Amino acid sequence: MDGSVRDIAVEAENVSKIFGSGSDEVRALDDVSVGIQDNEFFTLLGPSGCGKTTLLRLIAGFDHPTKGSIRLAGQDISYLPPYRRSVNTVFQNYALFPHMTVAQNIGFGLEMQGRSRAEVRETVGNMLALVRMEALANRRTSQISGGQQQRVALARALAPRPKVLLLDEPLSALDYKLRKDMQIELKRLQHETGITFVFVTHDQEEALTMSDRIAVMSSGKILQVGSPRDIYDRPSERFVADFIGDTNFLEAEVAGKEGATARIRLASGVEVEADLPSGMADARQVTVVIRPEHAALAPAGQGELQGRIANIVYFGTDTHYHVDLDTGGQFTLRLQNPRGGRELHGEGEPVGIAFEPGALQVLRD
Amino acid sequence: MKRQAGFTTVAIICFVCLYAPIVVLVAYSFNAGESIAVWQGFSWRWYAAAWENEEVQRAAWLSVLVAVQASFYATVVATMAALATTRNKAFRGQTAVFALINQPLMVPEIVTGVALLIVFAMVKVATGYNGLGYLVLAHTAFCIPFAYLPIRARLEGMDLTLETAAADLYATPWKTFRRVTLPLMWPGILAGAMLAFVISLDDVVITELVKGPGQDTLPTYMLGQLRRVVTPEINAISSALLAVSVVIVSLFFLLNRKRG
Repeated sequence: MDGSVRDIAVEAENVSKIFGSGSDEVRALDDVSVGIQDNEFFTLLGPSGCGKTTLLRLIAGFDHPTKGSIRLAGQDISYLPPYRRSVNTVFQNYALFPHMTVAQNIGFGLEMQGRSRAEVRETVGNMLALVRMEALANRRTSQISGGQQQRVALARALAPRPKVLLLDEPLSALDYKLRKDMQIELKRLQHETGITFVFVTHDQEEALTMSDRIAVMSSGKILQVGSPRDIYDRPSERFVADFIGDTNFLEAEVAGKEGATARIRLASGVEVEADLPSGMADARQVTVVIRPEHAALAPAGQGELQGRIANIVYFGTDTHYHVDLDTGGQFTLRLQNPRGGRELHGEGEPVGIAFEPGALQVLRD
Repeated sequence: MKRQAGFTTVAIICFVCLYAPIVVLVAYSFNAGESIAVWQGFSWRWYAAAWENEEVQRAAWLSVLVAVQASFYATVVATMAALATTRNKAFRGQTAVFALINQPLMVPEIVTGVALLIVFAMVKVATGYNGLGYLVLAHTAFCIPFAYLPIRARLEGMDLTLETAAADLYATPWKTFRRVTLPLMWPGILAGAMLAFVISLDDVVITELVKGPGQDTLPTYMLGQLRRVVTPEINAISSALLAVSVVIVSLFFLLNRKRG
């Protein structure tokens, strides 16, 4: 985030969505509040069934909230039908109209808005150029590849220039190479159009590489909202730390406090300074996390933790060291491989583990 | 696949039983003589005779008139029924609704015919109306399931997300129907209409019971002729009716395959 104050494009306030009733009741969204800013690439990240698609459908108008409200540019749209919202969707299966050509698909929204023929033709032309599909304008949608259908779906949703574009796992049907290309393409389109993108995915890598901000969701709640770096480096909850990237969990206790900074005593007896999350001022026992690449091997007896190397796995760019800690449990380190480097350590060797300063993060639970 | 012993023979016997009578019927429609059993050389005379026969003309015209109207009404009703039974979530009593719509497939035709005869007799007494409406109404009723089945099959294969996508792109429910749902279900509607048309065209039992005086359709006219002197003219009419049915049913299958 660039830190400047931007207008809110979409805002969900205390939104709950309950499907079914009685014993079949499913709480798909549970009191969710979030503000998505103008011109932002915002990602809803979480495992299947976490409520991310439900939230997207509420913004699109395909479903309506059971409680709470959804606002678009300040206007309450909670119960507005989808065709009265300046919100367009790129569907997971693209949902291109099979009885229309590529150009007719892209022009559909504009036509429904009652734009003039000339304007429709011009905008469709611009959109075809934007997604580099000019040559295929008159093809049927069944005559183009999956990647091309994806581009048409994007162009169709962008053509009416919605205030917000919703993308429901649009890359999941593409193969790896194409997915990588489309990730870059989506970022480019977002920059060029300046439209707010709300992207739904269960793929943490996709979320980290593309987003301005990410909301991590689980069981119908938003657990944490922040930049990819915030989410990765400063996970606030166990679920977030566990869902995104690899991480080491350590049980520790609070030995003392100076303001928001606490001295955390690890099982090894070593004390490390770390920030306490809000609402944790009285905590005694805490869980702390540290990423595998935020620690280094040290000679035995030095560093914050002591252990013995259980095994070493070479990955090309880096090497993973699994260390059995003397105090129980295992710790994983990921060390970059220097050019021409060779194994400096052997399995079974006693080592110390040295944390990077400030790398330790206290979880809120 | 393993060949079953005797399977081919059985198949051939079945096909002979099915098609030999039809081949004979068609062949004798070209008989130059007056007999439907003794071959006396090739001729088009019975087709010419049938073509010029005013009673045949009137009956054929009535058949087409009834079939066009009945298949139109049946298709409209079947389209609405198909939309109602596939677009919405499963509801209580849905199976019962299917059974009700398809009732004419299960109730013996003679029962429907007798029932209609009785009810229409009452209506005739009450209203004094004696027109073609009874036939059209009766045909519409038994044509509905034949129109309904292909339309429903078409709708069930349709991706519901397409309608959601249309709504997302500012199409009102009516525009969504006009621009997305209807064009996509159109092949099913055409197929249903064709099937209904052929079924109406071929019907004998219900028509025989429901028709008023002078309301002979082609099949009931033929039935009446069979009770008198039988000439190859009846073969010629039959062959022509067969040709029309075959063409329409072929179109139906073509339509289902092409867009299916």
